Amino acid sequence: MWGLCMEDISRPIKKKDHDSKISGSALYVDDLEMEGILHGKLLHSSKAKARIMNISVPELPEGYYVVDKNDVSGENSVHVVQDDTPVYAKDTVEYVGEPILMVIGPEVKEVERILYEIVVEYEELVPILDMQKSDTVFFNYNYEKGNIDKAMTEADEIMVETFRTGCQEQAYLETQGIIAYPENGRIMVRGSMQCPFYVCRAVAKALGCDQSEVRVIQDTTGGAFGGKEDFPSILACQVAVASKKANKPVKVVYDRREDMEFTPKRHPSICTYKVAIKNGEITGMDIDVLYNSGAYTTLSPVVLQRGLICSSGVYRIENLRVSGRAIKTNTVPSGAFRGFGAPQTFFDIEIMMNHIANKIGMDSLELKEKYMVKQGDETSTSGKYHFHVPLPEMIERIDQLSNYREKLKLYKNQSGRYIKGIGIALFFHGCGFTGRGERDLIKAVVRIRKNVDDTVEILTGSTDMGQGLKTTFCKVVADTLKIPYDNVLIRNPDTDCVPDSGPTVASRSMMIVGGLLKRATEKLKKGWKTGEEQIIEEHFVEPDFIIPFSLEKFKGDAYPTYSWGVNAVEVEIDTLTAVTKIIGAWGVYDVGVPIDMNVITGQMEGGFLQGLGYASMEQMDYNDKGIIRNNNFSDYIIPTAVDVPNLVVDIINNPYIDGPYGAKGAGELAPVGVAPAYLEAVENAIGISLNKIPFTGEDVMRSLQEVRK
Amino acid sequence: MLKFILNGKEVTSEAKANERLLDVLRNEFRLTGVKCGCKEGECGACSVIIDGSLANSCMVAMGRVDGSTVVTIEGYRETERFAVLDKAFSSFSAVQCGFCIPGMILASECILNKNPNPTEEVVREGISGNLCRCTGYNAIVKAIQTAAKEGKGLW
Repeated sequence: MWGLCMEDISRPIKKKDHDSKISGSALYVDDLEMEGILHGKLLHSSKAKARIMNISVPELPEGYYVVDKNDVSGENSVHVVQDDTPVYAKDTVEYVGEPILMVIGPEVKEVERILYEIVVEYEELVPILDMQKSDTVFFNYNYEKGNIDKAMTEADEIMVETFRTGCQEQAYLETQGIIAYPENGRIMVRGSMQCPFYVCRAVAKALGCDQSEVRVIQDTTGGAFGGKEDFPSILACQVAVASKKANKPVKVVYDRREDMEFTPKRHPSICTYKVAIKNGEITGMDIDVLYNSGAYTTLSPVVLQRGLICSSGVYRIENLRVSGRAIKTNTVPSGAFRGFGAPQTFFDIEIMMNHIANKIGMDSLELKEKYMVKQGDETSTSGKYHFHVPLPEMIERIDQLSNYREKLKLYKNQSGRYIKGIGIALFFHGCGFTGRGERDLIKAVVRIRKNVDDTVEILTGSTDMGQGLKTTFCKVVADTLKIPYDNVLIRNPDTDCVPDSGPTVASRSMMIVGGLLKRATEKLKKGWKTGEEQIIEEHFVEPDFIIPFSLEKFKGDAYPTYSWGVNAVEVEIDTLTAVTKIIGAWGVYDVGVPIDMNVITGQMEGGFLQGLGYASMEQMDYNDKGIIRNNNFSDYIIPTAVDVPNLVVDIINNPYIDGPYGAKGAGELAPVGVAPAYLEAVENAIGISLNKIPFTGEDVMRSLQEVRK
Repeated sequence: MLKFILNGKEVTSEAKANERLLDVLRNEFRLTGVKCGCKEGECGACSVIIDGSLANSCMVAMGRVDGSTVVTIEGYRETERFAVLDKAFSSFSAVQCGFCIPGMILASECILNKNPNPTEEVVREGISGNLCRCTGYNAIVKAIQTAAKEGKGLW
C-alpha cells in the first residue's frame, strides 16, 4: 500500500488519543466542570490607538469583579521573547481588541451585562495601519554574501518586483481557552496550549512569584497550528491575575469572533526583489523583506529570521543581499502560524523565479532545476546543506503523478470559455529552532520512567494538539524496547511532573525531543531491570557537524537539516464567471523517515489544504479604523471537503542520520509551497504576471478583465 | 416544561423556548461531546441528529425540540453503526485534534443512512457543513467509504 521502501516504524497504528476523541469523551478546556467557577469576559479596546481617559464601571453585584492592570501583582508584561505585551492595557491601547479589563462572576449573562454597561472614554490618536507608513521598526536583520553591488552594476538587466501576502488565521476548531485556580497556596493553570512551560514562566512573572508556585497542565487541545504558541501565555496571565483576585477558579473561553479578531495570525508581508541578470543567468538578488508585526513584538524576531533565511528559496544565488524589518502597526499582533515566516518568502521567490523564466524564455521548472541546491552547497546564510537533497527525484515523482511537463505544454495556447493552468513550487522547511536556539535557549530535557510493572511512561513537555505526537512518541519507545505499544504511556504534560523539553513548535518535536527519547530508551534497554522502577533522563547535545550560527553576522547553519517539498496545482478557470476550480493538487514530501505513514500523510494533506486556503480564499483585512472585517466563518472562508476533492500526497523515504529512526521535521513543511504553485497555475492559465496572495475569485475576475482590454 | 427524547430516553427540560439546544445539551445535560466551534451555524462541531436529520445545535431553539428525538455522540457511540465508523476512522488515523469529530461522525451517519453506498462526491457533499482544519478531509472521506463497505446491512 505504501510502496516498497516503507520502514517498519512507518506502518500505521491506532492513535493513542483515538478512542477518547471519537467517542466525544475527551475533555477540552470548555468541557471541564469545577465547583464555584467564575466566568470571565474581556473588555477589548474598540480603538486602534488611543489614550484611556476614564473607565466607568457600574455597581457590581456580590461575587462579581472587575480585573485590570491594578490587579497585576507582578510585572504588567507578558513574557514572550521580549516582554512588551501588557497583561492588561496600561495607559494607552495600541490595537482594536487590546484587553483592557476582565469582568468575572458566576453567571455568564450577568458578566455580559456588566461588560456592556462599562464605558471607556478614549482620547483617540492617529493609528498606523499601513506597514509601509510606519516608522517603528521592531527588528531589523541584514546579511550578504558574494558581491551584490558588483552583480547589479554588471547586469544586462535588473528585474524589480514587489510581492504581497495577506493575514492568515489559524482557524483551529477549538477556540482559545484557559482556566486558573488556587491550589494549595499555588496557582494552577490549565487549558488549550502548545507550550506549558512558556505559560508557566509568563504567569510567574505576571504574578510576581517563583515558577515553582505555578503549575500548568495542558488539556486536550483542539488544533493550534502556531496559534497556541504565544497567545495562551497572554490569556493565562490575565486569567491567573483574575483568579488570584477572586481567590476562585476563573475560566475564559473565547468565542469565535473574539478569537478571529483578537488573536495572532500569520504576518502580512511586502517584499521587493531586485534580480540581476547577465547573459541569461541569474547573477544576484537583492531582497527587501517587510513583515507586519502588529502592535507588540511577540514572536516577530524569530518569524522574520526564518523568512529571511528562506527568501532565496532552494536556489544557489551567489551574490545575495537580504535585509528585513518587522514593523509595528496598530493592528492585532501577528504571531506563529505553521511555516513561521517561510510561506511568505517562499511564495515570493517561487513566483519571482517564474517571472525570471518568462523573461529569459525558459520554462520555470527548467530554470529552477538549473539553480537548485544539492548536498554540499552553501545555504543562504553561508551554512551548508550537509545531507542529500532529494529534489531531483521528487520532481520526477510529481511529474509522474501530475503529468506536469506535458500539461504545461498543452496549456500554452488556449481559447474558449474554460482555460487551464498548472504550477509547481520547490521548497524546504528548516528543521527545529532557528539558529542556536536549541543549544543556547531551549536546552531540551526528556525523561522516561519504567514502572515496576514494566510499563514505560514518557515524560516530556511536548504537547499533542492533534498532530499525533502521543502516538509517534509511543511508537518510538515501544519499537526500541520491543515491548507492546499499549505498555507505553503518555499523558498531557503537567509542569509538576515532566521536564522542560522545550515548546511544541518549529517541527522540532520528533527530530529533537523524539531523538532524545530514542537515546533515553536505548539506555533503558541496555540497563533494563524487570520489575524495578528506573528513570532515565537525556539532555540536548548539538550535532557535531553544525557550522555555528551567529545571529549578529547572520551566518552559519540556521538549521541542522531540511525537510523538502515539491507541490503542483492545476486549475480550471471559467472565463465568464471567474470561478476557479482546483482540478489537481499534488504534494511530494521528504520528512526523513515517517514515524507512522498515516500521521505524516494526515499532516501533509491538512497542511496542503491550509496552503490552498492561504493562496485562494482566506482573506482578512482591516478597515480604516483598524477593525478586522472578516471575524467569522461566514466572512473568512476556509476550505471544506468539496473544495479540493483530488489532493494526492506522496511521501518519499530519505533517512536523516541524527533523527530518531531517520525522522526530520514534518508538520510545518506541508503548507509552505502551496500558494506559489497555485498562483503560478493561475498565471499560466490567464497568461499574466501576478504578485499577491490571497488571490481570490474577485482577483481572478479583475485579471480576466485586464487581459481582455 | 419541554419534553423530548434524548439519546433514547425521554427527558424534560426547564429551558426557555428561545435557548439554544447546544447550550442546554452542554450545560444542563452535560453532554460535552457536543462541541461549540462558532455558535453561528458555520462549522458543524455542534452537529446532532434531530428526527433523523443532521442539525447544527447552535442554530436550534429549544422550542423546536419539544416532542423531537435528539441523538448526540454520547448516544450514538453505543450503536453497532458507530463501531463500524470508529474502526474505519481509526484505520485511516482520521482523527487529529478531534474537535470536529463528534459532529463529523453524526454527519457520516446521516450520509450512510440516506445512501448506504455513497460515491466520494456524495460523501464530500455530506460533510461539507462540517469544517475540519487538521486533516484535509481525505482520511475522513476514505473512512466513511470504508465504513459503508464494512458495514453492509447496517445501513
